[in-house]
Amino acid sequence: MTKLVEIRDLRVAFDGVPVLHGIDLDVAPGEALGLVGESGCGKSVTWLAALGLLPEKARVSGSVVLEHRTLSNAPRSELEQVRGGRIAMIFQDPSSALNPVIRVGRQICEALRLHRGLSGKPAQAEALRLMDMVGIPDPRRRFNLYPHEFSGGQCQRLMIAMALAGEPDLLIADEPTTALDATIQAQILDLLATLRRETGMATVFISHDLGAVAQVCERVCVMYAGRIVEAGPVAQLFEAPRHPYTRGLFDAIPRMDGPRTRLVPIDGTVPDPRALPAGCAFAPRCARAQAFCRTERPELLPQTDGRLLACAYPVPAAPAVPQRERVSQ
Amino acid sequence: MTPILEARELVRIYEAREGLFGKVTPVRAVDGVSLSVRPGETLGIVGESGSGKSTLGRMLLGVDPAQGGEVRFDGAPMPERRTPAWRALRARMQMVFQDPLSALDRRLTIADQIREPLDIHRIGTPEERADRVASLMGSVGLRPDQTGRYPHELSGGQRQRVVIARALATDPALLVCDEPVSALDVSIQAQVVNLLRDLQETTGLAMVFISHDLKVVRNLCDRVAVMYLGRIVEEGPAETLFARPQHPYTQALVSSVPVPGRALDSRIILQGEPPNPAARPSGCAFHPRCPMAEPMCRGAVPSLRATAPGRTSACHLVAGAAPATAA
Amino acid sequence: MIRFLSIRLLRAVVTVLAVMTFAFVVLRMSGDPAQVLLGPDVPQNVIDDFRAAWGLDRPLAQQYLSYLGQIVSGDFGISMRDRSPAFELVMERLPATLQLTVPALLLQLCIGIPAGIYAALHRDSLIDRGVILLAVAGFTIPSFVLGLVLVLIFAVTFSMLPSGGFGSVWHGILPTITISIGGIGILARFSRSAMIEVMGQPYIRTASAKGVSWRHVISRHALPNAAVPIVTIVGFMVGSLVAGAVVTETIFSWPGIGRLLIVSVSNRDLAVVQCILLMIAAVMVVSNLIVDLLYGWLDPRLRTQAAH
Repeated sequence: MTKLVEIRDLRVAFDGVPVLHGIDLDVAPGEALGLVGESGCGKSVTWLAALGLLPEKARVSGSVVLEHRTLSNAPRSELEQVRGGRIAMIFQDPSSALNPVIRVGRQICEALRLHRGLSGKPAQAEALRLMDMVGIPDPRRRFNLYPHEFSGGQCQRLMIAMALAGEPDLLIADEPTTALDATIQAQILDLLATLRRETGMATVFISHDLGAVAQVCERVCVMYAGRIVEAGPVAQLFEAPRHPYTRGLFDAIPRMDGPRTRLVPIDGTVPDPRALPAGCAFAPRCARAQAFCRTERPELLPQTDGRLLACAYPVPAAPAVPQRERVSQ
Repeated sequence: MTPILEARELVRIYEAREGLFGKVTPVRAVDGVSLSVRPGETLGIVGESGSGKSTLGRMLLGVDPAQGGEVRFDGAPMPERRTPAWRALRARMQMVFQDPLSALDRRLTIADQIREPLDIHRIGTPEERADRVASLMGSVGLRPDQTGRYPHELSGGQRQRVVIARALATDPALLVCDEPVSALDVSIQAQVVNLLRDLQETTGLAMVFISHDLKVVRNLCDRVAVMYLGRIVEEGPAETLFARPQHPYTQALVSSVPVPGRALDSRIILQGEPPNPAARPSGCAFHPRCPMAEPMCRGAVPSLRATAPGRTSACHLVAGAAPATAA
Repeated sequence: MIRFLSIRLLRAVVTVLAVMTFAFVVLRMSGDPAQVLLGPDVPQNVIDDFRAAWGLDRPLAQQYLSYLGQIVSGDFGISMRDRSPAFELVMERLPATLQLTVPALLLQLCIGIPAGIYAALHRDSLIDRGVILLAVAGFTIPSFVLGLVLVLIFAVTFSMLPSGGFGSVWHGILPTITISIGGIGILARFSRSAMIEVMGQPYIRTASAKGVSWRHVISRHALPNAAVPIVTIVGFMVGSLVAGAVVTETIFSWPGIGRLLIVSVSNRDLAVVQCILLMIAAVMVVSNLIVDLLYGWLDPRLRTQAAH
C-alpha cells in the first residue's frame, strides 16, 4: 500500500513538558482519516508539528515523510512549499482564521500565486471558480469583501476554497465545524465529503464529535494524553470499541434515539501533561484497570480483527449489554 | 399545578444601526414567545444563532427588559429590574452560563464565591453558611480539600460545578442554564448533565436549559421548544419531538445531528445561512430555507397551533388541530 | 462620511477652543504681566497705564470675546515684550524647532518601530530583553539629564560636538538625539506589544499553513494588523512636533518655539503664549483627525461599525 504520509515516533514537548509521546500514523492517498480525542490529547498538535507550524520553543522529534520527501527538520523554505501545495490545513473558528484587513479574493489569490503560479486575471477567474465550488453565492460580487462581512459558515467555505487553491493531496481539517451552528455544520460536512469525492484528495478530520467523524471518515484514531490508544475502520470501532476510553466516550454521549437513559460519564479528568500517571495514562479513570496497568504502559499493537489497540485488558470483543437505568419519566 | 414560570407574548426589540451612517433599524430579537415551566420540570430551548434563545433566557430571569408581553414567576409579575424586589427574587431564580471561567471571580476562593449569595441575601448565621457551603460542594462532587482553591486552579468541569453550587446556594426554584456544557469535553459533559439531573430530583427545582446541542437537550429535558428568528416554531415532549419532528426546521435540525451509520446523503441539508434578525423575511421566517415552502408561506406568518396532545407547531403545512390557547 | 468628518471637525474645534480658553484664563489669573514686565519698583500709576494700554483692566469676559474676535480675523495680538506681532514671532522660530523635531521623528520611526518588531519576533531572547530595557530607560530618563549627559560626553570630554547654540548641522545632532530617545523607547514598546498580539492571532497560523513565506507573513499579514495601534502613537508624536522640546531647547540654547514659550511664560507675554498654545492644540487636533481617518483605511472592520 503506498502511503501518502508516514509519521513515525512523533514526539513534541513544550517547555520540557512532553505532550506527544511517540505517534505512529499513516495516511493513504485519498483516504479519509479521523482523529478523535478530548482537549489536550494532542490531536491538533500532531499535525501542526508535522507541518512545522508549532512555535519555535516546541521541541519536535521523530520522522514525518510525505511520499518520498522528509518533512521533519526540513528547512523552512521546503516546508513552505509543502504547506498549502501538498498538505493544506483548515482550522476552527473560521471567522478569526482569515486576515481581517485583506480582501478575501486577494487571500485566495495569494494561495494561487504561491502554489500554481497564477496571477492577475487568470488567478481571479480561478478564485471565483473555487468560491463557486465551495458554495459561496454570487462570488463575483463578494470577491472584494472583507472576512467580517461573511458569516461563520461562509468563512469556513472561504478557508476551504483557499486550502483547495493549491490543489493539495491532503487536507487536514482541525475541528472545522465546532464553532458553527448545527445546520451549517451539516452543510460543511457535506461539502467536505463532496470535495473529497470530486478531487480524490485525502482528508484528516480532527474532532471531538464522534458522530461527525463517523460520517466523514473511513478510518479513525482515538487519542488520549498524547498517544493513540485505538485505531481502526470506522464501522468496527463504532460498533464494538475495545479500548475502555473509546468505550467510555461512546457511553458518555447522549443518544438521539432509544430510551433516555442516565449518561455514563468517565470518572475523573484528563491528566495534566506535567503529571502523567505511571503506566497507562488512562488507568486512574479505567474501570477495568489492573495492577499491571498502573506500572506498565501498553504498546499500540495490531489485533486479529485488523485494528490497533493499546490496552492490556480491553473490553471483550463481544460487548455485553450495558446495564443502564432508565430515566424516570 | 401552577407553573413556576410563565411567559406571555414576550417581545424584545433593540436598536441596531447599520454601519456608520445607515438608518437605525429595530431588531426583534424575541418576537412573541409564550411558554410555561412547572415546578420540577426541565424545559429545553434549542435554536441557532439569531434565534433569540439567549435573549429569551435573560428575559425569563428579568435581566433583559421586555418591550412587550410579561413574565410571571410563581404567579406574580416580574418586578422591574434592579429594584429591591427584583434583587430579592434572585434568591429564587439563578442562571448558569457557558463559560465558567468568566462567571467566576479570579480573586476569590471557590468557597467564598459559593457563600456569596448567602451573604447577599442574609441567609443563616455564619456557621450555618459555612455548613451549607460544605454540603453544596459535596452535592456537586467537589472535595472538601478544594475549598481554598481559586478558579484558575480547577479544570473546566470543576469550575462549572462551582458555578452550579453557587447558583443553588439559595435553594432557588428555577435555574436557567445557557449552554452550560458546550465548552466541556464529552466525558465531563456527561458528569455535569447527570449532576443537574440529580440535583433536580433531590431539590425539585425547575430548569430552563438553553442549548444548541440536541443530544444533550433530548437527554435532560422533559419538554423542548424550538426557536427560529425570535419565535417558537415547535414545542413538545423531548422524546416525541425529536423522534417525529413536525416543523421542517426541527426536521432539519434533528437531521443535522451526525449519527454513526446514517449516510450523509439521507440528511436534510438546509440551504442558506441562519437568518439575520435585522432582515426578517416576510410571512414565515423560515420560508427562504424551507424545502417544503409554498407560495402561502411567503404571505402569512403561521401561528403556533396544537397538532397533537401536548405538541404545537407553527407551520402552514403541518396538519393541525384547533389553534392552541396556550403552549 | 460627511457626518463622520463633521463630527470630528466639531470636536476638533471645541478642543482647540477649550485649550485656548483655559490658557487665557489661567494666564490672567496667575500673575500680572504689568508687574512682571515693568519690574517691582515701578509706581502704581505706570502699572495702571500699562494695563489700560493693553486692555488688561477690562473684565475677563470682555477681554476673552475681543480676543476671539481678533483671532477670527487673523490677528493673534502683539508681544508685550517685543512689540512685534505674536504670530510673526512664533513663525520666525518655527523652522528652528522643526529642524530638531522632524529629524527626531524620523529617527523614532526608523529605529523604534523596527526595534519593537524585531523584539516581538524574537521574544524572550537576549535582544528582546535588551530592547525592552533600553526602551524603558529611554522614556524614563528625563530629557534634561540625558541632554546634559550627552553634552558632558560629547562636548566636554571628547569635544566632538558643540555644546549649544545654533548654526550648523553639528549643533543640531545632540539636541535631536536627546529629543528622540524617549520616543524611540515608547514606539519600541508599543510596536512590540502590537506585534506580539497580532502574531498570536489565528489568521497568522492560517497564513503560515498556506505556505506563505515567513518574511511575507510578517510584512503582508502581520504588519498591516499591527499598524493601527502603532499609528495611534505616531499620531501623538506628530502632534508634538511643534510643541518641540522645551527643556532640550533650553539646555542647548536652541532658538526654537520651546524656548520662546518659556521666555514668554515667565514674562507673562500673553499674546505669544496664547499663540503658541493655539498652534500646538491645532496641530495635535489635526494629527489626531488624520489618524482617525487612517484607521478607517487600515482596518476595514472599523468602516462599518455600528456605533462610534
